[in-house]
Amino acid sequence: MAALLEVRDLQVEFRTRDGIAKAVNGVTYSVDAGETLAVLGESGSGKSVTAQAVMGILDSPPGFVTGGEIVFQGKDLLKMGAEERRKTRGDKMAMIFQDALSSLNPVLSVGYQLGEMFRVHRGASKKDARAKAVELMERVRIPAAKARVDDYPHQFSGGMRQRIMIAMALALDPDLIIADEPTTALDVTVQAQVMDLLAELQRETNMGLILITHDLGVVADVADKIAVMYAGRIVEAASVHDIYRAPAHPYTRGLLDSIPRLDLKGQELYAIKGLPPNLLAIPPGCAFNPRCPRARSVCRTDRPPVYDVTDDAGRPLEPPRGSACHFWKEQLHDRPV
Amino acid sequence: MRDPHSERPDDVDPLANAGTGGPELPNSTEVGIDVATEEAESLENADYTHPGDPGTATSATEARSLWGHAWRDLRRNPIFLVSALLIVFLVFVSLWPSVVAGGSPYDCDLAHSREGASGSHPFGFDLQGCDVYNRTVYGARASVSVGVFATLGAALLGTVLGGLAGYFGGWWDGVLSRITEIFFGIPILLGGLVFLSVVPSGSIWPVIGFIVLLGWPQIARIARGSVITAKQNDYVQAARSLGASNSRIMLRHVLPNAVAPIIVVATIALGTYIALEATLSYLGVGLKPPTISWGQDISTAAPQYRNAPHMLLWPAAWLSVTVLAFIMLGDAVRDALDPKLR
Amino acid sequence: MGRYVIRRLLQMIPVFIGSTFLIFLMVYALGDPVTAFFGDRRPDPATAAAIRHEYNLDKPLWQQYLIYMGKIFTGDFGTAFNGEPVVDLMARAWPITIRLALLAVFFQAIVGITLGVLSGLRRGRALDTSVLLATLVVISIPTFVMGYLLQYLFGVNWNIAPVSVSAAAPLDELILPAIVLALVSLAYTTRLTRTSVSENARADYIRTAVAKGLPGRRITVRHLLRNSLIPVVTFLGIDIGNLMGGAIVTERIFNIQGVGYQLYQGILRQNAPTVVGFVTILVIIFLLANLLVDLLYAVLDPRIRLA
Repeated sequence: MAALLEVRDLQVEFRTRDGIAKAVNGVTYSVDAGETLAVLGESGSGKSVTAQAVMGILDSPPGFVTGGEIVFQGKDLLKMGAEERRKTRGDKMAMIFQDALSSLNPVLSVGYQLGEMFRVHRGASKKDARAKAVELMERVRIPAAKARVDDYPHQFSGGMRQRIMIAMALALDPDLIIADEPTTALDVTVQAQVMDLLAELQRETNMGLILITHDLGVVADVADKIAVMYAGRIVEAASVHDIYRAPAHPYTRGLLDSIPRLDLKGQELYAIKGLPPNLLAIPPGCAFNPRCPRARSVCRTDRPPVYDVTDDAGRPLEPPRGSACHFWKEQLHDRPV
Repeated sequence: MRDPHSERPDDVDPLANAGTGGPELPNSTEVGIDVATEEAESLENADYTHPGDPGTATSATEARSLWGHAWRDLRRNPIFLVSALLIVFLVFVSLWPSVVAGGSPYDCDLAHSREGASGSHPFGFDLQGCDVYNRTVYGARASVSVGVFATLGAALLGTVLGGLAGYFGGWWDGVLSRITEIFFGIPILLGGLVFLSVVPSGSIWPVIGFIVLLGWPQIARIARGSVITAKQNDYVQAARSLGASNSRIMLRHVLPNAVAPIIVVATIALGTYIALEATLSYLGVGLKPPTISWGQDISTAAPQYRNAPHMLLWPAAWLSVTVLAFIMLGDAVRDALDPKLR
Repeated sequence: MGRYVIRRLLQMIPVFIGSTFLIFLMVYALGDPVTAFFGDRRPDPATAAAIRHEYNLDKPLWQQYLIYMGKIFTGDFGTAFNGEPVVDLMARAWPITIRLALLAVFFQAIVGITLGVLSGLRRGRALDTSVLLATLVVISIPTFVMGYLLQYLFGVNWNIAPVSVSAAAPLDELILPAIVLALVSLAYTTRLTRTSVSENARADYIRTAVAKGLPGRRITVRHLLRNSLIPVVTFLGIDIGNLMGGAIVTERIFNIQGVGYQLYQGILRQNAPTVVGFVTILVIIFLLANLLVDLLYAVLDPRIRLA
């Protein structure tokens, strides 16, 4: 069975006054129905830009998709006409943004903004759209939905606003939802509630979910597989289980080590040294080499392809696993540097 | 220099544009008097930190990098170069008009009244038979000095009063807001007419005094807003917690970071003050003879302009170009200082 | 909403008192209404003192102000320099100027907002650049210069508009003066709308609207414009004061016998009742216009209405 969404060798660049920034440089990933893919990376790694390219909401200019394919339900979105593509947005695929306060229109009631989905995509009447909006608000468990449907975004708490964003994404039962840091702006206690809600709704509807985050802690509970991005590329792709057990890329190792752990309380917290690269001047060879504890001369000259990670006998893993590190084997077995 | 994937640090609160620097509710009478204000306020709410400078920036380096970037942008901006050259020329003409002029502006011969252009008199003659070119050249001094001194006065007064109100808040802030509202209630041209009609002198000083009197609230409002914004920065809080004195915090940390919007508004205001002076002189209450001013010359030329348009057009053109030069300069500086446009 | 309106009304009281008192101060304290009364002749001290007493000019300034305001609220605005009651002057002048101002606001709003939206949506393109340059030039040409220029071009050269407006000041004769009066404000409106539109176009909620799959027209009209026009509406309200000031110049150029004309005469002849009377009404109109704008503001922005 073909995947719900397949991104192949996607290239996105930003044409700025200071030069061309390769924000996404050959990203490939796929999501199946009912599956959750977590895309991990620091800000500037290209994880959000990839998602925006998939949704077709890239700021253009300065952003341009310059290559690759985005195949959604068997069709390449990049070859679609603008109107056809607009109709898939919101209907077949939807997006949840990080900051619900700024992402909701401040001067329109939440009922209007929810109902708008039905009015535009389904041609519903004003009255029906409003009823649907109340229904949606109840579905994401907003108390007293009927009374609050005419309220404005600023009258809700942060967690409730994010629920409204989720409701808006769910409105037309899309096949794919992209959640861009959906809990980052929320309090820790509310984060868990919102994440649980999202996971539960996904189970109910069997939709595909792309969860973009920089927080490895969030990922472990909900994701099926993980793609780790660095400087516009995927450096490691694997199942959650595999990656947590033994990462095959030094960057992933670094990310895992920088999670605070209760059992290591009192020890100094690990931090990846250095800063993410300037996208206007990505280092030659492996982009991670200036920060990598395993870097050797080959890393400074040859860009590593995405190697298939195999077991000790050289057989491919199931599910398949990839790492863009020349020395993935050493990393996988955690041999000392 | 903006990082293309920074998670949109420049989100604009639509209210920010409505002109409130502080947390109180916006209302229309508290909004700036013109668009320069509006635009500068979007400036003061902007995020000046550049992703390229890692988090080591202190207030001083932050302000310096802002001006550094701005200067680099300005040098490449043709609008800035043209307006700057024009302004240098105008300042030169107002300081040493005799170098550019062909003779005295008071050297008039009624026999030449309203005559058109001729060899040594490229702009022709006015009603009194004075050389229009010479009068236009000498007229620059009044306009430029009114503009410069009035702007300096209004900017200083406005920055001090508005800055203190923004920094200390409290009752003085409330009083200042009410005073500003009162001044905004009087149309500036009307106030000028009433005020200057009772002043007998026709020199530049009463005009400057009046413009400062009615112009400072606009600058004060900007200064207040940008000081409030700068005050909330982490390094100011840090300096405070380290026990720095108020005056040190204000001069070393707040002012360098709050001054950009003030400069932009002041530059644009300079242009509008020159236009205001000319309008008041045109109405007969601003500069009066023997001071030579474009507004006056336009006023005397006006009844005759259908027969002798050159008497009106030349001073009018110089006046407009002068105002344009300052407004363009302000515009260019604003664009250079506004990181959102990068 | 009701509380908001009441608060705004209360806030207007000190502004009204302050603005009118400031003008009163300028006219009565800086000028000398008595000498103005006699024109070029020098009054003998006894007569002057008698007049001073008659018109309460010997009382402290704040008392004079209170007496004056008390009279105004009973409809007594005093007499103009030609002996005519100021109220009669007003009855003739205000309708003309209000027509002129409304026409100017109409041009300013319609043309300014349209141009601003068009260039704001096409930021950096040819249309945007030319609109920006054009507004810069318009802002730089003082109204009185622009007035003569357009009067010459349209009135004298092409002969398609009257050079001066007749006493009745019908609407069609006021079109050119209204354009002259509106132009600078129109340019500011355009620039403000442009800034506002292009800033809001980059706002997160617009990105959300795109991600929802809304058609472009709906995004522009329902989501972008509504937010972008909030500061523009505010500016239009504030600008009514400037428009009234500009009327002095425009009415002089086109020989319109409206408020600007009467005020100008009053100021030149130092006729205190005319000046203070007209200005008082002007301040009231300005404040009422701002109240209207505040209400509109509250309608447009629920964050104000429901705060």
